[in-house]
Amino acid sequence: MVGGRFDDVVLVRDEVTVLVDRDDLLGALAWLRTEPGLSFDFLSCVTATHWPEAEPAFWVVYELRSMAEKHRLRVKVGLSETDPHVPSVTPEYPTANWHERETFDFYGIVFDGHPGLTRILLPDDWEGHPLRKDEELGGVETWYHGARVPPTSAPVSSARRP
Amino acid sequence: MIINMGPQHPSTHGVLRLLLELDGETIVTCEPIIGYLHTGIEKNTEYRTWMQGVTFVTRADYLSPFFNELGYCLGVERLLGIEAPPRAQAIRVLVCEMNRIASHLVYIATAGLELGAVSVMLYGFREREIIMDIFEAITGLRMNHAYIRIGGVVMDLPSDGPRKIRHMLDVLPGRIDEYETLLNDNPIWRERNEGVGRLTAEQALGLGVTGPVLRAAGVPADLRKDMPYSGYETYDFEVPTRTEADAYARYRVRIDEMRESLKIVAQALERLEDPPGPVMVDDPKVGWPSRLSVGPDGIGNDPEYLRHIMEESMEALIHHFKMVTQGVQVPAGEVYSVVESPRGELGFYIVSDGEHRPYRVKIRDPSFANLQSLPAMVEGGLIADSIAANASLDPVMGGVDR
Repeated sequence: MVGGRFDDVVLVRDEVTVLVDRDDLLGALAWLRTEPGLSFDFLSCVTATHWPEAEPAFWVVYELRSMAEKHRLRVKVGLSETDPHVPSVTPEYPTANWHERETFDFYGIVFDGHPGLTRILLPDDWEGHPLRKDEELGGVETWYHGARVPPTSAPVSSARRP
Repeated sequence: MIINMGPQHPSTHGVLRLLLELDGETIVTCEPIIGYLHTGIEKNTEYRTWMQGVTFVTRADYLSPFFNELGYCLGVERLLGIEAPPRAQAIRVLVCEMNRIASHLVYIATAGLELGAVSVMLYGFREREIIMDIFEAITGLRMNHAYIRIGGVVMDLPSDGPRKIRHMLDVLPGRIDEYETLLNDNPIWRERNEGVGRLTAEQALGLGVTGPVLRAAGVPADLRKDMPYSGYETYDFEVPTRTEADAYARYRVRIDEMRESLKIVAQALERLEDPPGPVMVDDPKVGWPSRLSVGPDGIGNDPEYLRHIMEESMEALIHHFKMVTQGVQVPAGEVYSVVESPRGELGFYIVSDGEHRPYRVKIRDPSFANLQSLPAMVEGGLIADSIAANASLDPVMGGVDR
C-alpha cells in the first residue's frame, strides 16, 4: 500500500521500512497520517545510527504506530557526515521534542525548526556526541576528592576492533 | 517567581528537576530537566556481547526489569529468527505480570506517600514484598534479574515456586479490595486526585503518552491486545479504561489492571502444571552453556556442570569459553520490538552488523515519553497539584535517563 507513494520500501521480518529524502520527510509523514487505512497517528520514537565509513553516514529513524489500525511503520532518512541537518517534526508530533533533543545530544544531528534544540541527558557543557562511532573513549580527565584520575594513555576508538 | 523543585525532592520519583515559574501558588510554566541519572546504558551495550546486553537493559527502568529483558530478548530473537519454547513463554508471561503488579503497588505506595498517606505507602510495600520474595526464589535476585535470556529463560521455576505464587494469588485480591475500601471514596484522596493533571486523549497521543495514562483517557491501547507477543492472544483478560483522564482515573485503571494481571498469572501457572519441558531453545550456539541453579547465596553455576567442563570434557570447556567470551552471533539487520510495560510502550530498536556485539540498542522508554506531558498537565494549576499529577504519571527516572 505504501509502495504507491514511495520508491524505497523494505519488508523484512514483518517490519516495513520506508526510506525517504529529507526534503520529503514532512510531506511523507503528513501523508502517512492522513491516508485512510494507514493513519499513523502516533510517533513512538526518533533515534539514529552512525556508520562512519558509509554514505549516508547517519540514518535518522522514526518509529510510527497507528492506534486505530494497530500496525507499525519505520521511516528512515539518510544524512551525510558533513551536512547532518533534517527538518524537525516537533510541530506535527509534539512528542518528537525530547526525542530530537536526545538524538542531537547523542549524534549531533541538527533538527531544523526545533523550538529549543539543546542537550537533554548530558550536561550542557559536554563536548562531543558520545554515540557517534568515531567518538574516542576513555579520554576524560576526572577530579575526585582532590585525586586526579588521568585519561587512559591510549584512547580507544569506538570503531570496531578486529 | 522561579523555583527549582528537585533534583533532590522527595516527591519527584528520584532525581527529576522541575523548573517552575510561579505566580503566587499557581504554576505559569513548568520545565522538567532530566539527565541526572544518565548512565549510558545504550552506549555500554555496544561494547558487550549480545548476552551481556540483558544485564544492562534490565537496569534501565528498575521497577520493571522483566519487561526490559523481555523486550530486548524478543528483538534479538527476531533477528536470529528463533522463538522461545512454549514453557519459557508461559514463564515469561508469569513473571512479567507479577512484575506489573509489583510496579503498580509501588505506584500506589509512592502516590499515597506523596499526598501524605503514609499508611498506604506501608501497605503497598508490604504486598510488594510478597512478590519480591517470589522473584528471589525464582531468579535469586529481587531486581535486575537477568532471568529472561535470548532463546528462553535461565532455568525453570523452583520446586516451591508454584506454591508461593498460589499463596500470592490467594492473598492479593483481598489486599487490593482493602486499598479500594481505603481510597476509592476517601474524601481527601478524591479531593487531591479528581480533576487533577487532566490530559485528554488527543493531547496524550500527540505527546506520545501510553500505558495507564492513555487508557485513563479512554483509549484502549494495549500492546498485549493490539500486537500480541509471547502468546498473550491465548490469555483471557480485559483492558481496563476510564474516561475522566485525571489522576483519579489513572489510579482506578491501575487497580483494575492489577486484578487482570492476577487473572493472567493464574492462567500461566495452570499451563506450567504440565510436565516440565525445555525453557531454552535447543541450539548450543544460542543457549547459555552452563547450567545455573539458585543456591543459598543466590544464582550460581551448577557444581555438576563445573565438574563436567573442568574434569571430563575438553570440548565442553572450549564451547563454554567461546560462548562466554563471544556469545551468540546475530545476523545483520534492524528490528523494533515492543512490549506493554507497566508504564506503556517499551520499545527496543536494535541494529546488528552481523557481529558478536550489538551495533545499536535504543531503548524507547515509556517514562521518557510520558514525562514530556507533565507541563501540559500542571501549567495553570496549583503547585500542590503538580505533586499529584507527577505521581499519577508514575515516571521512573532510571528509565527516563537510561
